[in-house]
Amino acid sequence: MTLRTRELLNLGLVGLLTAAGFASVYIARQEVVSTASLSYAAFFLALFLAAHLVVRLRLPDADPYLLPLGGLLAAIGLTEIYRIEPDLAFRQGLWVVVGVAAFLALVLFLRDYRELDGVKYVLGVSAIVLLVLPALPGIGRTINGATLWVDIGPLVFQPGELAKVLIVVFLAGYLRDNREMLSYGVGSGRLPSPKHLGPLLLVWGGAMLVLFQTRDLGGALLYFAIFLVMLYTATARWSFVAAGLALFLLGAFALYQVIPHVQDRVEGWLDPWSDPQGETYQLVQSIYAISSGGVFGSGLGRGVLLSPEGESYIPFLETDFIFSAIAQELGLAGAAAVILLYLLFAFRGFRVSMLADDGFSKLLAAGLTAAVSIQAFIIIGGVTGLIPLTGITLPFVSYGGSSIVANFLLLGLLLMVSDRVERTGRA
Amino acid sequence: MNPQIRRLFYVFTFLFVALIATATYWLWRAPDLEARQGNPGLVVRELEIRRGLVYASDGRTVLARNRRRELEDGRVWWLRRYPRGELAAHAVGYSTVARSRTGLEESLNDFLTGSNANLSTIIDATLDRLRGLTREGNDVITTLDLRAQETAMQALASSCGAAVALEPATGRVLALASTPSFDPNLVEDDFRQIERIEGACTPAAPLLDRATAGLFTPGSTFKVVTAAAALDTGTFRPTSEFDDPGYCVEYGQRVFNYSDQGTPSGFGRVTLAQAVENSINSVFCNIGKELGADVVLDYAERFGFYDRPPLELPSDEVAISGLYREGRLYRPDDPNQVDPGRLAFGQERLLATPLQMALVAAGVANDGVVMEPTLVDRILAPDGDVVERFGASEWKEAIKPSTAAELTAMMTAVVASGTATSAQIPGVEVAGKTGTAETGVAGRNNTWFIAFAPARSPEVAVAVTLTDQAGTGGSTAAPIAKAIMEAVLSRNT
Repeated sequence: MTLRTRELLNLGLVGLLTAAGFASVYIARQEVVSTASLSYAAFFLALFLAAHLVVRLRLPDADPYLLPLGGLLAAIGLTEIYRIEPDLAFRQGLWVVVGVAAFLALVLFLRDYRELDGVKYVLGVSAIVLLVLPALPGIGRTINGATLWVDIGPLVFQPGELAKVLIVVFLAGYLRDNREMLSYGVGSGRLPSPKHLGPLLLVWGGAMLVLFQTRDLGGALLYFAIFLVMLYTATARWSFVAAGLALFLLGAFALYQVIPHVQDRVEGWLDPWSDPQGETYQLVQSIYAISSGGVFGSGLGRGVLLSPEGESYIPFLETDFIFSAIAQELGLAGAAAVILLYLLFAFRGFRVSMLADDGFSKLLAAGLTAAVSIQAFIIIGGVTGLIPLTGITLPFVSYGGSSIVANFLLLGLLLMVSDRVERTGRA
Repeated sequence: MNPQIRRLFYVFTFLFVALIATATYWLWRAPDLEARQGNPGLVVRELEIRRGLVYASDGRTVLARNRRRELEDGRVWWLRRYPRGELAAHAVGYSTVARSRTGLEESLNDFLTGSNANLSTIIDATLDRLRGLTREGNDVITTLDLRAQETAMQALASSCGAAVALEPATGRVLALASTPSFDPNLVEDDFRQIERIEGACTPAAPLLDRATAGLFTPGSTFKVVTAAAALDTGTFRPTSEFDDPGYCVEYGQRVFNYSDQGTPSGFGRVTLAQAVENSINSVFCNIGKELGADVVLDYAERFGFYDRPPLELPSDEVAISGLYREGRLYRPDDPNQVDPGRLAFGQERLLATPLQMALVAAGVANDGVVMEPTLVDRILAPDGDVVERFGASEWKEAIKPSTAAELTAMMTAVVASGTATSAQIPGVEVAGKTGTAETGVAGRNNTWFIAFAPARSPEVAVAVTLTDQAGTGGSTAAPIAKAIMEAVLSRNT
């Protein structure tokens, strides 16, 4: 069986699961939702079959699991969003179309992803510009304490999601160039020279500054963790990770002192039951949702997520807290399955990285894979109370256009690396 | 770089397993979390139960019932309605989707939802579930006497205050009224209307149950407790004589009688009985000094102060009476920390709930024994079987029967010819004691009246308090108490 045939079969399986999901929402909520729901699955399958055909044409040797994994996660998200609010699901469906289109455009028009190495500084600077955009007066928009959105005319988007991908590309290029110097350092203390360490410290300072500007804890944590993971991959020096973590904790502690928003989040994490009607309301409601799901969940559409007026008990249910909704309706089994899908994604992604034979490809694949894994960990850890809660999307699953498009672009890059790796490996 | 990448994968595997472990932990905690207020899962599950009804003591008048509501998805919810509105809003409380529960709706929730651990209830609930029937809760018959409750609410309507009526021999609560009140139906329908309620006082605080959770300076009504201590300890007799110069000297300072008793020379030579009849502060001040704060507080405790009355309401809706310091209940170890003279006539940071003062009156009426106050007569299963009957039980043995008899005689004189002639009921001997606690601001007196009737074989004991009053306890609170007592006494005719 060729890789692509395997991918096709996987996608067929995803299509079946999607159909089952929408059918079960339809059965549970037929007073609310229409038979149109059943067409979602067919439409979804058609969309990914189109993606599959382009991949078959352009990236015949790419990993056969990554695209179906992304598709399945997106389908789970779409189903749950549909259950919460059918209108939102329609918009999310459009965003998945845009995301897959972006994915296809990338695969079709970017001849060789290694060309990106040549423009890495442009990409790095673009990432910084994107990150700073929401802080600009006039177009920035603050939601739930964090200034993450840019509002231009009819378009509201979250530039941080795209910046994430650009940062990974930049770091892959930069670390490939400098990894030897960073690994061995100069002098007796094996400390890297300021010339090589400088830009990295700059990145750390930048992340902290952005965090300070936008109050985006989750984002800052994500960028910094990606940075540390890639630094470790490039240099194999745990001391960098330790030093980086120390610096981050130092910065975080300083921010803890000055930003009340940060204090609330940390205190709410330490004691979720301190103020269940106020500061810790979201977390407590999320925990209630997760705990009441049982092992197999209430079933799609049968959970207690919405009040009789149709308001969701957990604010930001369809974005930051989508995992809590899934955990209640699909139970521990469904929640663990979603987590295992991310683990599988990490497994396939890191496998691409390990098979690659050049530094840029290795670092790029590792960075992209780590970005998805870390982001999933930060938000699932946050809504389950394992780590302090920070608002960030669950990759491929949460409602949100910027997130969907950015993650499909990320998937496209990963598949391109995979295709090249497999081909050169066989040659 | 491959070793690093492999290690990274291990790290992520560990992190994801930690996530699954956390989710599992919450699942394991589910039984404990389920019972928490604010867990919508629990709220919704309870909405699918047809709650038991709440009745007045006649077993016919419905105070809380259900309204069936079919949701878009075909499920049926039972939402609460309160046909009598404001009438017993504080005692019955409310049960809503948005704002949890209060009152009996909260404290009897297990009965009302049929989830009490009673064998027949459990079997019924299981059978209902197996048959796919709506689960039904148990009905509650309260002790509230419809006429007494209506009279109390009407009499209080234009003021801020509270009234409690008890049956002295059983502790049954016949009326429990607090104003300004609110329509419990609005809690769910339009809470802003409740927030806009205005009353004769600021803040109006309609949700506060002044009868059981409101703490007020008891003023002269507390003289009943002081007199009980004076007589019960054998220190004084009703005929013990005192000299009243119009004031009492404490710590070198003069503490004057109530300002309306403006005779500069005071009442002169009086007995203890006359001091009760005319509510003479200076006499009680001297008794307090003689007995000491400790003895007075001991007797307050015997009547139930410093203990939460075991009424069936949620414990946060029943306040404890006693001395308060900086908002906290306070029982001094060193008697010198309290001014015994001012304590003896109910000032000195002493705070009491109307329920507690009604218990004092009921204790005197019941030969010195304070019964446990109770709001519930019986619980009925949906088929009409009695699930539980709430009997009468003793709460405190406050004073000797002989002391109670002496106090009754003195309190009868208060109504017959003393400060509370406005509480006289034709053909019925009424025993009572007024109180007018001055807050230092004109027109902001806190007036009281506690009483029981008939004096020889009491059927009802009441406490009425009003805030922000220009008059005295005798002119403002006593007529209301009289009306409530008449309502109770007329039920047998």
